[in-house]
Amino acid sequence: MTTTPDPMAEIRVSFFLECEELLESLQDGLDIMETTGADSDTINVVFRTVHSIKGGAGAFGLEGLVRFAHRFETALDDLRGGRVPLTSEGLKTYFQAADHLSDLVRAHREGTPTDVNENKGLLSDLDNLAAEDSVEEPLDPKIDFQPMPVALDLGLDDAPDDEIAPPNPSAPACCLPYQIKFEPTADLFSTGNDPALLLRNLAALGRMTATCDTKHVPDLAQLDPEQSHLSWTITLETNVPPCDIASVFEFVEGLCTLRIDQTDVPIIDDPAPPTLSEASGPPPSAPATKSVVRVDIDRIDRLVNLVGELVINQAMLSQSLENAGVPPYSPAMDGVEEYQRLTRDIQDSVMMIRAQPLKPLFQRMARMVREASNSVGKDVRLYFEGEETEIDKTVIERLVEPLTHMIRNAVDHGIESFENRCATDKPAQGRVTLRAAHKSGRVVIDIADDGAGIDRAKVRQIAIDKGLIPPGKDYDDAEIDELLFMPGFSTAGAVSDLSGRGVGLDVVRNAIQTLGGRITVLSEPGQGTTLSISLPLTLAVVDGMVVRAADETLVIPLNFVIKTLTPEPQDVDSLRPGYNMLKSGSGLVPLFDLGAMLGYREAPDALDGTDVLLIGDDDKGKIALAVDRIVDQRQVVIKGLDDKVQRAPGIAAATILGDGHIALILDPLEAASKAAPRHKALPYPTSVTGAIS
Amino acid sequence: MTDPAAFSPVELLTFRVADQEYALPINSVREIRGWARPTPLPGAPHSIKGVINLRGVVLPVMGLADRLGTPAPAHNDRDVIIVVSHDDTLMGLLVDAVSDIVVVGDSGLQPPPDGFFGGCVVSALALIEDRMIRLLDLGETLALPNGRAA
Repeated sequence: MTTTPDPMAEIRVSFFLECEELLESLQDGLDIMETTGADSDTINVVFRTVHSIKGGAGAFGLEGLVRFAHRFETALDDLRGGRVPLTSEGLKTYFQAADHLSDLVRAHREGTPTDVNENKGLLSDLDNLAAEDSVEEPLDPKIDFQPMPVALDLGLDDAPDDEIAPPNPSAPACCLPYQIKFEPTADLFSTGNDPALLLRNLAALGRMTATCDTKHVPDLAQLDPEQSHLSWTITLETNVPPCDIASVFEFVEGLCTLRIDQTDVPIIDDPAPPTLSEASGPPPSAPATKSVVRVDIDRIDRLVNLVGELVINQAMLSQSLENAGVPPYSPAMDGVEEYQRLTRDIQDSVMMIRAQPLKPLFQRMARMVREASNSVGKDVRLYFEGEETEIDKTVIERLVEPLTHMIRNAVDHGIESFENRCATDKPAQGRVTLRAAHKSGRVVIDIADDGAGIDRAKVRQIAIDKGLIPPGKDYDDAEIDELLFMPGFSTAGAVSDLSGRGVGLDVVRNAIQTLGGRITVLSEPGQGTTLSISLPLTLAVVDGMVVRAADETLVIPLNFVIKTLTPEPQDVDSLRPGYNMLKSGSGLVPLFDLGAMLGYREAPDALDGTDVLLIGDDDKGKIALAVDRIVDQRQVVIKGLDDKVQRAPGIAAATILGDGHIALILDPLEAASKAAPRHKALPYPTSVTGAIS
Repeated sequence: MTDPAAFSPVELLTFRVADQEYALPINSVREIRGWARPTPLPGAPHSIKGVINLRGVVLPVMGLADRLGTPAPAHNDRDVIIVVSHDDTLMGLLVDAVSDIVVVGDSGLQPPPDGFFGGCVVSALALIEDRMIRLLDLGETLALPNGRAA
């Protein structure tokens, strides 16, 4: 085992991948137990997932993981056997144990198992859940699952000793001896399994004698090292049920010929090798197993890039046909149109490969709710809707932080205290709902709580106290809600006693915006608050507005553009030469010439009469950009710029246009705030503009 | 590459920048392209002319005359972009014209006199058919004043 690190590392990786899936179905099972009670199928599923994790962990010698999984398994086993009832307290412990288990898995995957402290309280909770008589057999991992330090060279030259592993002294005294005939196939070895380890696990069950049958080993000259020539006859004296013996071989099912007989009463007699008979409960998960291929993400990214090329190539082809004077409804043009449709379809399909369901992310949030509600002493339950909705993998990864933030907010500030809930006839248990859905080519995620809603009077007072807004001005509800997203609205001291919301929502909005998303808030006093995030399906393409400025073509992502307009001369006022303000609604917005902002040209004197894009969001303040011409609005493929070439802030990426030229994709707000600090609008009026216009 | 004695016979691509002849080891040259108007990159150093589309890759283009500090001649449609790679960096070098491919033995190369060429952009000199050829140190050429390779 230790001599072949590479294949082991690979198997290890797939073990941890499997763990992710197992942990997911563990959560599912516990969720079902929470909602519909404990039917035996569900408990079996839960038990089997923990057992599988333990088994895999044992094979890799992940001791801490094995130890904890074993305690967890013991508690679940008693639940399964009906020796203990399912209580809500118990369920809570199971959830905590599942969380702890996933922590352990993660720690072991990252090779830092010591980072997770042994949770004594949780362990004793688990032991309390186990029926009394089963607690006293703590598993000794030294005997049971110690990794085999000896290299086993596929039985080539050092076949294991005939006598393997001394009888386990601590094992319970025997009853009926089992006769086990075990003959591994070549596949057992090629999948990285090790008979010695299986025999060790068997030895832990009782008094064992194993005899290795070497008579089928051919002469060295004829020996095919890839084949298996060994078989074992094992006598095991133990009082465990036969299914426990079968479960030792669970991971080599189909990779060996196995026959388990109890000397007096044959219990498992499987005449049809090489399948291991299924003796221990139903299979772990849903019957409808989808066939899944694991693909390296790099390969998918390569495909995404190639399809991006194809889209550009198609645009170039259609443009050159047009330039060559091919009439619009000719067969050639029809063909190009068909080509365009197909490329779009391929692009969509390829993007969908990268897409993943939101469910694992939601489950992480469920855990967050459990922890947050525990720490503030509220009873809150998280509900999912549409968790099967899929979105780009990168987007999912980058949603973790903002979602965590919002979930904590909902529990901490959204849901009222127990007393307040009782006073308003609400159910004692607070409710937070995560809802995901596809809406017109985007994914919308709502985080809704049934709390008290935003205390707008208080929000307004805080904003005034902090000098964010001038006192004595009228704001409607939506404007006040927007104040929550202003930078500087929340600081730690001020929010802890705030019954509304507002922990760093500006940070959340920034994070969502870098993903090309938008966030809005809806709140009904007494009914609750809903934060709604709308996200693009992928980060590889962006909806952009294509504009011309100073003879250059530039792309501005559409999610930044509020509206376009052509101002009249009286709408533009010069603050001082070169600094213009645009009247927009009831406020003033700084107006920049895009060409000048990027340093392409000197700012022209008059900016009226040109096309203007109103850009921005309230937290960074709005700006208006004057461009020479708005060309088009379309999806563009994002091309990264070489990070080593320094460039101005606000140049986010590039894209290749239909004519083969490169257009830069801008982050206009960053460009305005950082590229030209002298253009930066005065801080106070900007925020006011942001909040009121 | 400062020790010219370390050179074994080497193939060089020679080219003209502002009426002077320069050369690069041919194995660092990926391809040679006709001129295409680069999209200017705001905030980039003066010598970076912008980016062009190299079959779907966004390729930065450096004006070699600007980088070498020689007066840049007026743009000419016959200008050529030499695509070079160095340490995983792909860069286009804008030059006036490509001249020739020559083979130079290590005896044909001599170090530049001390104190010339400020940095060590030129790593060696060679005399070929009575013309002085300046061999560029690509790593130094691509390193921009801010210290980052570009």
